[in-house]
Amino acid sequence: MVPQEAYRPDAGAMTTAIHVRGLTKRYGDVQAVGGLDLEIQKGEVFAILGPNGAGKSTTVEILEGYRKRDSGEVRVLGIDPQKPTREWRAKLGIVLQTANDAAELTVRETIRHFAAYYPMARDPEEVIAKVGLTEKADVRIRKLSGGQRRRVDVALGVIGNPELLFLDEPTTGFDPEARRQFWDLIKGLAAEGTTIVLTTHYLDEAEALAKRVAVIARGRIVAAGDPATLGGRATAKAKVTWADGLVETDTPTRTVLELSRRYDGEVPGLAITRPTLEDIYLTLIEAPE
Amino acid sequence: MTTTAAEKATHTAPLPSALALGLSRAAVETRMFFREKDAVIFTFSFPIILLVLFGSIFSDQFKGTGITVSQVYTAGLIGAGVMGAAFQNLGIGIAIDREDGTLKRLAGTPMPRSAYFVGKMLSSLVIALLEVLILLAIGVFLYELELPTDVSAWVTLTWVLVLGMAGAALLGIAASSIPRSAKSAAAVISMPFVVLQFISGVYIPFTELPPWLINISSVFPLKWMCQGLRSVFLGEEGARLELTGSYELGRVALVLGAWVIGGLVLCLMTFRWKGRRDG
Ligand SMILES: Nc1ncnc2c1ncn2[C@@H]1O[C@H](COP(=O)(O)OP(=O)(O)O)[C@@H](O)[C@H]1O
Ligand SMILES: [Mg+2]
Repeated sequence: MVPQEAYRPDAGAMTTAIHVRGLTKRYGDVQAVGGLDLEIQKGEVFAILGPNGAGKSTTVEILEGYRKRDSGEVRVLGIDPQKPTREWRAKLGIVLQTANDAAELTVRETIRHFAAYYPMARDPEEVIAKVGLTEKADVRIRKLSGGQRRRVDVALGVIGNPELLFLDEPTTGFDPEARRQFWDLIKGLAAEGTTIVLTTHYLDEAEALAKRVAVIARGRIVAAGDPATLGGRATAKAKVTWADGLVETDTPTRTVLELSRRYDGEVPGLAITRPTLEDIYLTLIEAPE
Repeated sequence: MTTTAAEKATHTAPLPSALALGLSRAAVETRMFFREKDAVIFTFSFPIILLVLFGSIFSDQFKGTGITVSQVYTAGLIGAGVMGAAFQNLGIGIAIDREDGTLKRLAGTPMPRSAYFVGKMLSSLVIALLEVLILLAIGVFLYELELPTDVSAWVTLTWVLVLGMAGAALLGIAASSIPRSAKSAAAVISMPFVVLQFISGVYIPFTELPPWLINISSVFPLKWMCQGLRSVFLGEEGARLELTGSYELGRVALVLGAWVIGGLVLCLMTFRWKGRRDG
């Protein structure tokens, strides 16, 4: 019998979902991951944002136990992914970047079958409804659209009622409408307390879903934190422009007041801008080593 | 195994058993196979068409035996059919599973890996049995093949089919790692299989083959499976048509059994859960 005191939600080991120190992985001449640190808490939605080839899939697949790392320290739900156990796998949900399998089974058959792998599976019908495939439940997967197929992937990712869900570029190729619906689905899962790690190369997706983001480029983290303050966005100087002038300043209000006095009222062509997240992101991923 | 309180709190139920999941995989694999029309036609049609074709072309009897050439073909093509359903079907099917993400997805779940192989073996057993039944029916109704009447022949039929199927299936699982891609799998797996059929006495009697070819085919399970099947369907007078004048059932069992064990070792040593581009 395990004593009740064993529940200590404040104990470090119990709140950390993912711990990564100095992770590296090399393919021939390509340093796919070049020294990565990550600390992701249980219950968090964490986005790994970066352009194609940045090392997102390599990183995530190392965390999922698919690929071997060259060096570094990795713990996922307290386990080294290179020594996976069935119990550990039962707590993970994985949505890979690409999959074309099980084409001849229907949505319902596939989801029911995968439910049997897990000790604490969710109700298949409930999961089908949650991902919005109720009407397609008896259609063979081969006949689904790309977006619908991706929903099957997510359904299979959550069918085992995971503590930790990985999503590798879940909305690539979606139209804007499908992407919004998908975001709602992810927000719903997050609200239920599932820890979610997603990779994306869409900035708006990271901003919409995650409280914390790591921007990676060429296998390294180039910025991390709240998307709103990423790369010093909140503290960056504001740019005040008007008909015949431009000033970068920490105190744009004072500048505007002075200008207003100088022009005696309306300032012609007045605009105040701060760098958008997009601007910051592009600077970050383009910056040389 | 000790579990922490947190694990107890969230995952109290035990993991499903490997056997139950193996059976569940077998059901799913079989269903997928029969829904894929191309694969069904590819697997079933070849031996059936050849049997009908050869049976119509060669209707002679072997001198002084009362055995027709088409009866010999029926026995041989049952062996080839079993090997097609097990070796060829699995070799190509698993290469496709490796490329389309089936293996990768399964490896990410708590499914025990053995369940995948149990599913593949059982589903190819079902497919092979169905093929045997169809070929037997054709043999009996069109070519006066006689079903054995004594129990010992049925016992022989059972062990020859089970051992032959298992050996061929394991060989197919091992061979699935050879093709570089799913596209090339059909060619890479089928070519050697077709050659093997020609040198294993399925189409051409051993008496017509040079000894060095017979030596090669004697290494592989198909020759021995066909020999065991002839013992069941052609009876004692047919033994005279064998090279050694006997069906050598002891050796058949030995070679097929060795292939089951060898195939298992080969699978354990060489099986790749990853495709070549999976990192
Ligand atoms: N299996 C592999 N073999 C060789 N190079 C690879 C392999 N996987 C990834 N790479 C290389 O590593 C880098 C990072 O790839 P990846 O992790 O897939 O990036 P992302 O998912 O961010 O697009 C790329 O340059 C890619 O070409
Ligand atoms: Mg990727």
